[in-house]
Amino acid sequence: MLDTLLFAVFPYVAVALAVVVGFYRYFSDRFSYSSLSSQFLENRGLFWGSVSWHYGILAILLGHLIGFLIPRSVLAWNGVPWRLYVLEASALMFGILTLWGLVVLIIRRFSSARIRVVTSLMDIVLLVVLLVQVVAGVWTAIFYRWGSSWYAGFAVPYLWSIIKFSPDISLVNNLPFMVKLHIIGAYVIVGLIPFTRLVHLLSFPFTYFWRPYQVVIWNRRKETRG
Amino acid sequence: MDIRSQVSMVFHLDKCIGCHTCSVACKNIWTDRKGTEYMWWNNVETKPGTGFPTLWEDQEKYKGGWEKKGKDLRLKMHGSKTGGLANIFYNPNMPNLDDYYEPWTYDYKHLFTAPEGDDQPTARAISLITGKHMEIEAGPNWDDDLGGSPVYAANDPNLESLTENERLALNELERVVFFYLPRICNHCLNPGCVASCPAGAIYKRGEDGIVLVSQEKCRAWRMCITGCPYKKTYYNWGSGKSEKCILCYPRLESGEPPACFHACVGRIRYLGVLLYDADRIKEIASVPEDELVEAQRSILQDPFDPEIIALAKANGISDATLASARNSPVYKFVKKWKLALPLHPEFRTVPMLYYVPPLLPVLAAVKDGNYDVTEIADAGLAPMLSSLEKARVPLRFLASLFAAGNAEKVTAVYRKLIAVRIHMRASRVKDIPEAEQKEALAQGNLTVKEAEDIWRLTSMATFDERFVLPPLAREVAVEAKVDPSTHKREVGFGFKKAGERKW
Ligand code: HEM
Ligand code: SF4
Repeated sequence: MLDTLLFAVFPYVAVALAVVVGFYRYFSDRFSYSSLSSQFLENRGLFWGSVSWHYGILAILLGHLIGFLIPRSVLAWNGVPWRLYVLEASALMFGILTLWGLVVLIIRRFSSARIRVVTSLMDIVLLVVLLVQVVAGVWTAIFYRWGSSWYAGFAVPYLWSIIKFSPDISLVNNLPFMVKLHIIGAYVIVGLIPFTRLVHLLSFPFTYFWRPYQVVIWNRRKETRG
Repeated sequence: MDIRSQVSMVFHLDKCIGCHTCSVACKNIWTDRKGTEYMWWNNVETKPGTGFPTLWEDQEKYKGGWEKKGKDLRLKMHGSKTGGLANIFYNPNMPNLDDYYEPWTYDYKHLFTAPEGDDQPTARAISLITGKHMEIEAGPNWDDDLGGSPVYAANDPNLESLTENERLALNELERVVFFYLPRICNHCLNPGCVASCPAGAIYKRGEDGIVLVSQEKCRAWRMCITGCPYKKTYYNWGSGKSEKCILCYPRLESGEPPACFHACVGRIRYLGVLLYDADRIKEIASVPEDELVEAQRSILQDPFDPEIIALAKANGISDATLASARNSPVYKFVKKWKLALPLHPEFRTVPMLYYVPPLLPVLAAVKDGNYDVTEIADAGLAPMLSSLEKARVPLRFLASLFAAGNAEKVTAVYRKLIAVRIHMRASRVKDIPEAEQKEALAQGNLTVKEAEDIWRLTSMATFDERFVLPPLAREVAVEAKVDPSTHKREVGFGFKKAGERKW
């Protein structure tokens, strides 16, 4: 019963929350969409924390995405032992980088008087949830080998079952606790997006790549040009 | 040609008395909110000095503005746009709070609540950031009037252009010299802040050229703080948004000059329209350094030229704006008389705030503890006490500030300023021989009429001559989108919610 709730119902709740509240916040309080950078108040800790964390987490997320999109190719790649080791070792390395970055960020949040002033309750909630999630992820990588292969066998079909609206929890309900925690953690984070500074993910400035350097806005003319 | 109109500014440094009234006027209106305490959209610096934030002019440190790469311009802070975004998680060239200062107040309450004791209670400093007691280590004008000059003035980046001896001479008491440099956002034609903003939140208003940060679009990627070489975009640490000088556009739209202009005690500030050719911005921003001043002048167009008027009209510039362009004091100072120069044109943002450099006191000597001017009189410098050849501030220092190192441009300005001075003294006090007066005018390349016009606009100008505001089209702008009477009921003060963090 609990498993059904967590693995078959909660994913939809989380995504629905993300979408509905995300839109609500965007249209009712666009001002609040911000990465809320705190670099101005503290520099050094942010360098070690933010750079490690972001490069780590983005690489890891990309890994999860690739595994999800092309599981067969990943399995094929893992067919040769040294390639499996290279993949697993680099994944673990990024995982540890992520963890290290996050720990630095958390220590920074609590040790710097200036940063404490700009720390909201949701910031703390988010950092704790992310910590649990990353620890569970690294734990899984270390103790349940080889994740990159069984991810293709269990997690990918399970995720597809969610996407196809026919959740098949038999794929996941026998997994070890830490792995389950990692899956639930992911949904919690998705659900948290609109309630926290994570909205900054949705604002990634792609347009910067193709827009001209200068932006001019006219009252009457429609176009914006340099 | 793409003729556009720009609300531009001239600051006449000879008239600045360094009173900071401008800064206070601005602070009281715009930056007395949480998160903005440390910001000074308008600040007044002592030169030589390191400025605010400390060493802002040192682009090796802060990487603001543009640099030439082959024929192209690129932001100094990135190799490329992609490279720039790679630094989005941590901006390696961003000044932080300590490069500005930690804002504070005093614990006044303690004066009333302190328990009875043997000592007088004191009001200790409290940080406006953390709310805790703090030691004050710096302020926004810590080096005012050369305070702490061995630390501050001695490290002015512009002194690099001087010889060792010249630098030492500036330290001698009887040769000490300084002037004030009031600074606001330059509302540039090729702004570094706009170009560096990944979110596209910063924009130039087409009609008047005012540069603004959209508070709704800003995502705190904090690249503009680095992109602006003048450090005139500031990060609001409370709201997570960048903010900057808005040239008091709400005041301009209701026909009043910006608060710092209005409040200025020395009446050093002038505001008016310049017409320019937007097609040539990149071109004039890319010329070699010693040509920058001239190139930036060349983009400004003559508002009396019928051809320019026709092109401007075709571009939607109104008759009223064109009329104000013809009356613009800025046009006179910058283009007609060539007296006002851009601050650090080598940053290549094409700033639209120009400075008339301060007249230079002559080298003097102290004899037996007295300030001795006999030598000056012997050298034929009395009664003006001003001379280009014997100036106390090396011209190269001023050239480094206002002409990207091109001393010729600064010299030409000084020849004019000195000519006006000699001419007016000769015609009013009549203690300067006519030959000398003629000679000075010839050197300054000025007619008598021009010299008198310059004198008038410099020292006698009325409020309406100093501030020639174009009609900024607030009603028109609104009307284009919604019925004005509906609009009137819908908004009053723009934001209906406090710009505070809620999520
Ligand atoms: C899409 C690409 C991303 C960009 C451009 C980005 C950018 C940023 C920036 C600019 C900051 C502010 C850093 C500062 O204080 O100066 C930040 C903070 C943060 N980001 Fe990201 N981020 C991205 C992805 C992510 C992801 C995927 C996560 C986690 C799922 C994440 C979690 C966080 C957290 C938790 C903080 C706050 C750190 C702190 O405690 O100060 N970010 N991000
Ligand atoms: S108010 Fe005018 S005179 Fe006083 S410091 Fe500011 S610019 Fe100078």
